[in-house]
Amino acid sequence: MIEALNLCKRFQDKKRGEVRAVDGVSFICRPGEIYGLLGANGAGKTTTLRMLATILEPTEGTARLCGHDIVEHPERVRANCGFLSTATALYPRLTAQEMVEYFGKLNGLDAVTLKKRIDDIFDRLDMNDFRDRRCDKLSTGMKQKTSIARTLVHDPPVMIFDEPTLGLDIMTARTIIEFIRECRDRGKTVIFSTHVMREVEKLCDNVGIIQGGKLLAEGTLEQLRQRHGENDLEELFVKIVAPHYVTETV
Amino acid sequence: MRNIWIVYRKELTESLRDRRTLITTFLVPLLIIPVLGAGFTAVMAGVIGKAKKEKPSVMIVGGTDSPGVVAVLQNYSRIEAVPATPDWKNKIIDKEIRAAVEIPEHFDDELAKGHAGTIKIDIYGGEIKSELAAGNLENYLKEYRDNIATERLEANHLPTDLLKPFQVRRESVAPPEKEAGAILGGIIAYALILMCLNGAMSPAIDLTAGEKERGTMETILSSPVSRTHLVLGKFLLVLTASMITALLLMVSAGVSSTVLQKSHTLDQMTEASEPAPHFALGPKAIVSVVIMAVPLAVLFSAGLITIALFAKSNKEAQSYIAPLMFLVLIPAVAAMLPGVDLTLKLAIVPLLNVSLLCKELVSGEYHWNYIVLIFASTCVYAAGALFLAVKMFQRESVLFRS
Repeated sequence: MIEALNLCKRFQDKKRGEVRAVDGVSFICRPGEIYGLLGANGAGKTTTLRMLATILEPTEGTARLCGHDIVEHPERVRANCGFLSTATALYPRLTAQEMVEYFGKLNGLDAVTLKKRIDDIFDRLDMNDFRDRRCDKLSTGMKQKTSIARTLVHDPPVMIFDEPTLGLDIMTARTIIEFIRECRDRGKTVIFSTHVMREVEKLCDNVGIIQGGKLLAEGTLEQLRQRHGENDLEELFVKIVAPHYVTETV
Repeated sequence: MRNIWIVYRKELTESLRDRRTLITTFLVPLLIIPVLGAGFTAVMAGVIGKAKKEKPSVMIVGGTDSPGVVAVLQNYSRIEAVPATPDWKNKIIDKEIRAAVEIPEHFDDELAKGHAGTIKIDIYGGEIKSELAAGNLENYLKEYRDNIATERLEANHLPTDLLKPFQVRRESVAPPEKEAGAILGGIIAYALILMCLNGAMSPAIDLTAGEKERGTMETILSSPVSRTHLVLGKFLLVLTASMITALLLMVSAGVSSTVLQKSHTLDQMTEASEPAPHFALGPKAIVSVVIMAVPLAVLFSAGLITIALFAKSNKEAQSYIAPLMFLVLIPAVAAMLPGVDLTLKLAIVPLLNVSLLCKELVSGEYHWNYIVLIFASTCVYAAGALFLAVKMFQRESVLFRS
């Protein structure tokens, strides 16, 4: 369960002055559901998700993951969530197994549990061929699988994906989409950000449309379609966002 | 604590697979002293030895009316007397001849009468071979003069020690290791500071700016490890690298100084009558210098992590740290200068104090009040740097600088 309560993040920028990257975002995402955060570049998706993952601290407001407050107990929050984005790279000089082991250990798993968990994940993701290969020698697909294994090693109830398919080829992107769906089916709470409409249609139970740091519309796809009288998701998105869209250099 | 250890172990695994870190941590400190030190002394010994062996060409100018003194000079076995030409000064400048002896007119006649004028030795000042030739000539001519004086005294039935009522002799009472320590200590302190910094540099950059550049910073920050534990784990690894570098440097310095001592390369640099300088570095000096290097390494490790953390890439971090190298070397060089000795004020100047203390330790001097003061003050600076590094790691504006 994720509860975002009036999340705000302000940065000081030399040229632009105070920037409100995220401005009063609140939503709820329940176990067994996928919440899609849909928005253009610079809309505030990444900042929101980084705050949920406690990588950034909110300027105002807070959020709770599985009941743990992100400001008060960031370590507990991180122990309960898996965070995956295209920016979360692997350590090039570690092998795939060492990489996953490292994160398992940091999550406090004991040696026996860790070994069992790793064997299980490596079997399931079909990773045994490159288990002992260094991460810098892996293909993009193998790297993605290793990253997935890394987020899964402590079996977190909450999964956070920040534009997970950005820059990936179709086949690799499909494994990720498949994996996100599987997480939901296992009863995990899933939130993911994207600007790809197809992914939203395929996956999301609930959608939040974000622009300028503000959550402009929220609901199931069906609800949004009815409310705005627009069937095509792309048109729907533009209709909602356009009045708030300011061209800015990012 | 467990997490610090996990982070440390992982960074260790990664660093041991990084060729650049391996080279700066293990290879450079082992080789720098033998290469710089032995190479330098070998070249010096070679140059001086060769200069001593070479028979310098010396021109005898004038003296056509004084065959006596000319014959004396021509008989001198350590020079090669060559016939005079009018352009002898140019020949000295062109290094065709090393020196020229100008004999005044009617020298022999004047000498027989009592007192002759001045014999002038023309040299190329500052040029070692020319100076050596002139030195030898001077001594030889003084001997000739003394002989004449002695003969005259004897002819007049006067005691020969009339001219030298007393003797003067110079003797060094400093123990040989202290004498050499003054020179060697400066070099060791310089190398120690350089190596401590160099050993910490590559891992400090790799573990901070490198992590940002490779995109693993966000990955590790999403794990439950706290940022303080994370930076402490990283710091301990950088410190390990710095200390290994310092330790290997001192071991290498100890071994190569002993080898140098045994090989008698240095004997050629000194006159046969003088004792050879004692350059061997004892285990006691090595251990005490390494202990002093601990707070120094802490200071460098924490300082470099703080600076490198600001950078977004390896390259950027290097450009921040390069000017720092020069800054750090100023006190190291200052300590090498003769006459700069430990005082109460200098004992709290960071880096300079450690350099000066190293110089003393290598010479076998242990001033415990200074040792305690310098160790403590360096610990204070080191703790400050570490505190700063931990604080920096909590700042989003530093971690996610864009």
